[in-house]
Amino acid sequence: MTLLLFAMAILPLGAVVVLLSSRSDRNLSWFGAGSVVIAAVLGCIPAVQVLLGGAAVQLRFPWSMPFGEFFIELDPLSAWFLLPTLLLSALSAVYGVGYMRTWQGRRSLGPSWFFYCLLVLGMMLVLLARNAVLFLIAWELMALASFFLVTFEHERESVREAGWIYLVATHLGTAFLLAFFLLLARETGSMDFTVWAAKGVQAHELAGILFLLAVVGFGTKAGFMPFHVWLPEAHPAAPSHVSALMSGVMIKTGIYGLLRAFTFLGAPPLWWGWVLIGIGLTSGVLGVLFALAQHDLKRLLAYHSVENIGIIALGLGVGLLGVSTSSPVLIVLGFGGALLHVVNHALFKGLLFLGAGAVLHGTGTREIDHLGGLLKRMPWTAVTFLIGAVAISGLPPLNGFVSEFLIFLGAFKGGISTGGAIAVPLFALIAGLALIGGLAVACFTKAFGIVFLGEPRSERVLHAHEVDWTMRLPMLILAAGCVLIGLFAPVVVGSLKTVLKSVTGLQPEIVTENLATAMNPLSFVVIGAVAFLMLLALLVLLRRDLLARRRVETDVTWGCGYVQPTARMQYTASSFAQPLTDLFRPLLGTKKKVTLPSGIFPPEAALKTMTPDVSHEEMYRPMFSRVNEWLSQLRWLQHGNVQLYVLYIAATLIVLLVWKFR
Amino acid sequence: MTDLILVLVMLTNLKLLASSELGASIRVVAVQGVMLGLLPVLAHVHDLSLHFAALAVGTIALKGAVFPWLLFRALREAEVTREVEPYVGYITSILVGLAALAASFWLGGRLPVSTVGASSLLTPSALFSILAGLFLIVARKRAVNQVLGFLVMENGIYTFGVGIVAEMPFLVELGVLLDAFVAVFVMGIAVYHINREFDHIETNRLDRLKG
Amino acid sequence: MNALSFIPLLLALILSPLLFGVINRTKALFAGRRGQPLLQTYFDLWKLLQKGAVYSRTTTWIFRAGPIIGLAATLTAAALMPLGNFPSLIAFPADFLLFVGLLGLVRFFTVVAALDTGSSFEGMGASREVFFSALTEPALFIALATLARQTGQLSLSTIFAASSDAHWPHFEPVLALTAIALMVVLLAENARIPVDDPNTHLELTMIHEVMVLDHSGPDFAFIIYTSALKLWMLGALVLGVMIPSSGGNPWLNLAMALGGMFGLAVIIGVVESVMARLRLLIVPQLLVGAGAVATVALILTLR
Repeated sequence: MTLLLFAMAILPLGAVVVLLSSRSDRNLSWFGAGSVVIAAVLGCIPAVQVLLGGAAVQLRFPWSMPFGEFFIELDPLSAWFLLPTLLLSALSAVYGVGYMRTWQGRRSLGPSWFFYCLLVLGMMLVLLARNAVLFLIAWELMALASFFLVTFEHERESVREAGWIYLVATHLGTAFLLAFFLLLARETGSMDFTVWAAKGVQAHELAGILFLLAVVGFGTKAGFMPFHVWLPEAHPAAPSHVSALMSGVMIKTGIYGLLRAFTFLGAPPLWWGWVLIGIGLTSGVLGVLFALAQHDLKRLLAYHSVENIGIIALGLGVGLLGVSTSSPVLIVLGFGGALLHVVNHALFKGLLFLGAGAVLHGTGTREIDHLGGLLKRMPWTAVTFLIGAVAISGLPPLNGFVSEFLIFLGAFKGGISTGGAIAVPLFALIAGLALIGGLAVACFTKAFGIVFLGEPRSERVLHAHEVDWTMRLPMLILAAGCVLIGLFAPVVVGSLKTVLKSVTGLQPEIVTENLATAMNPLSFVVIGAVAFLMLLALLVLLRRDLLARRRVETDVTWGCGYVQPTARMQYTASSFAQPLTDLFRPLLGTKKKVTLPSGIFPPEAALKTMTPDVSHEEMYRPMFSRVNEWLSQLRWLQHGNVQLYVLYIAATLIVLLVWKFR
Repeated sequence: MTDLILVLVMLTNLKLLASSELGASIRVVAVQGVMLGLLPVLAHVHDLSLHFAALAVGTIALKGAVFPWLLFRALREAEVTREVEPYVGYITSILVGLAALAASFWLGGRLPVSTVGASSLLTPSALFSILAGLFLIVARKRAVNQVLGFLVMENGIYTFGVGIVAEMPFLVELGVLLDAFVAVFVMGIAVYHINREFDHIETNRLDRLKG
Repeated sequence: MNALSFIPLLLALILSPLLFGVINRTKALFAGRRGQPLLQTYFDLWKLLQKGAVYSRTTTWIFRAGPIIGLAATLTAAALMPLGNFPSLIAFPADFLLFVGLLGLVRFFTVVAALDTGSSFEGMGASREVFFSALTEPALFIALATLARQTGQLSLSTIFAASSDAHWPHFEPVLALTAIALMVVLLAENARIPVDDPNTHLELTMIHEVMVLDHSGPDFAFIIYTSALKLWMLGALVLGVMIPSSGGNPWLNLAMALGGMFGLAVIIGVVESVMARLRLLIVPQLLVGAGAVATVALILTLR
């Protein structure tokens, strides 16, 4: 615990020092990043200890906050989420040193690093807090710190608007959380998480309402559809290392909160599992479809985060169905898959965002259709991005396949042996997850292929350069993580034991036994992966041997006899995704602006596609404008006269006093 | 054997939902009618009476030959193209059809109906035909499609009848009446060259009904 | 894993190029020609392995890696697919997930290698390829889920062993429907008519054939062998459903499986001779239709 406290103390100290020191000092970034890295290293040690079977550590402090108490505890669930949080924070911080160098001299970097340290502190506190007031304060700290980080380039209108949407969305979600906590506190008479976990909730209707409040509240932070609208706005607007942090770990605090809420709510009825599977399927399918329709690289990645949160929700749904039907297999595989996907997603999504940041840094644009041929100029970025792309598509032998394997295995095992009420949603899950996987392959071949391969589509690429080692090192470490988790899958799945014991409350033997039903197939998967790699090496040697004695030449790509091929004739991202976006047009609502070529020697023709977010356009915008209309009828209260405002305050006070003491 | 026929009937319903050409749709409904005509013979293969045999022959002749001939003639008379004009796209129609199939199985298990002997697929198949017919009527613009939807619905009711009633005197007569009704429909299309949906979508024209 | 489980893998490795020969001979017979020798594909592979290679200047190491990753992954997948009553070399619960995952890996790198050439032809093929495969994956998974539920088993080898002829009469409609769905998936994944025309490289039929347009020499040999193996493996999947494994003599069963495999090749040849390729806009309907047929089978097993 002392290590944790040290870690949590270093962060605000570092933040304040960074804020107060002189502007644009080069060492400033190093200082900020350094405090994060040290805090991360210190914090990881107790987390690993707890995960390896150590006892949970607690710390309680009385606090002058009403109903509040400084009560933090590191139990296996918190530790499981803490590890990727700290790891990704440290790596993004190191990356940020190199990334922010472009702004050195033009802008003071102090506030940015100040808020970065505060964000990490906020996330740590959220994961450790065991008192509702402390939790909410940490939640708010996280939201505000990330808001200021997102609006780093506040001179751009799009960034300001994105920040605003983010702020409103996160506070709407927090309102639901507030209701959730207040209801629970009133029911149990305490604000203490451990008391809540022990007592549970008896009444069914109350549990149902609390479940829905938790899903909406935590789901807004996590990015469930249709509460995800802030994700595709905020993540592209933020600087890339912040995007990686937000997409990789901050949205997972929502999942953490949801899991924590499950431990308070007692035995779930069947419909909770159905709701989560439904949310998972909608978020997954719609998320990847919207990702396909984007041509801004970071927006594409943001929508992909929505899809992966959907996959995590699917795992949670399977686990809940298992709890409702007392089927340990479903519980272990469902929750295990979801938890593992949390870690995996942090790794590969962080990697992909850092890669996108490197592309932005090197070329100055995020527009996929202006890029191309970057692999020759940025080889390291390309390789790590490729590993991230293969991992996120859920292909063996990398880590994405392992977590999807767990969820699939749970769904299949449940589907073949249970009755209709459980089997139907599980089979729908299987079909949906298969569709999601296919669409994810489409999306990431597009992202990787159009950005890094082929010929450059504009001159920006010609001046691109590889990033320096501060930006390369974190990407390499994350890519190595993806590969290692894939190759050591059985060991990683085995390490889920302590977390699952703590979350589900099952007996240790049952957890181990059911984990073994996943670890055994996974060891075969690893054997297959090793065989694949060996065959790969063999074939490389074979081909080199075959070609050594023959003529190998280079030439231009065969162009079917076109007289003047240009790089603009290549497939663009929009054309690559066009068959799929056309097929799903009712769901996507893509708007096209097209000037067709006409005449014998056509002048320029143009095509512009925009895919606004469907829930933003169909749900939130009409809802908010309607509310705006109603509230504007109260406009007469705002007349600007100070004396009348003072009169309002005085009148309210008098009325309250009279009412209280009547 | 009955199971196989009922599964084929379900598949023909799905094919109808996805069909984009009127000629093909008419042929599919004809095939469905022939298969359903065979059903009572197979269900009562032991106590085969003249009644059942005549019923089967009559149904097959009517649904397999007479109706398609009438409908094709109506198509020719009205000088129409043979393209189905859908309100709802074909792939969405297939997905809706699958959902309707799942719902039919779920409902079929819950209805307090005892299917006499023949097959447990009778009630779900009947319900699915009814739902598919309804969908065709609602989601397609062409008049022939709506007649086909009506025919499919009647097929569904017929399937239901085969299952629950050993002897079905009344149902037979009602069925024959319904079929005569369909014939009149088809004549109407041919005679009046009705091409698309019967009523206008523009409801503001309803005010012409005012006195 | 005993000595017998090497047999499916060995037969796949040795006999899969013969499938192309049978298909081409069938098409030739329909067209009234004599046709190529049955062993032509083997001659082609040998010829290509002797050749040098020409690489495009636009391409990078990804282009050179594509065919190799494809072949390595397909060889690994071949170790997972049983034939007839013989179990596969590597068998474990949910091994079909690894099988589909490896095929997805092949697809990923083929598409990425195609985009590497910077040509619009390969881009077109790549775009259509990911489009069709996104629609066949759910159909494939639903068919596998139906088989798993029907037999209560989770490994391909045990599923095929359990679909013995004792079960056939009970499962008739379900197995027939599943076989139809898997057949359509096979035609789609292996670029056969009615989804793609393996004979031409014209724009109308640009899917698989055009993605590999720029590969030459040993690379192209690897690609041809990969497609032969893929056809064999998906054919084995269809056969496992259709041909009941008799509990008796395993060698008789193997003969039936081999006969079935070449019979399947003849059927593909017949389909290619009597049908034209479907319009590109209709192909998604076909694929969703296959998924619908598989779903009907699933609903029938769930009742």
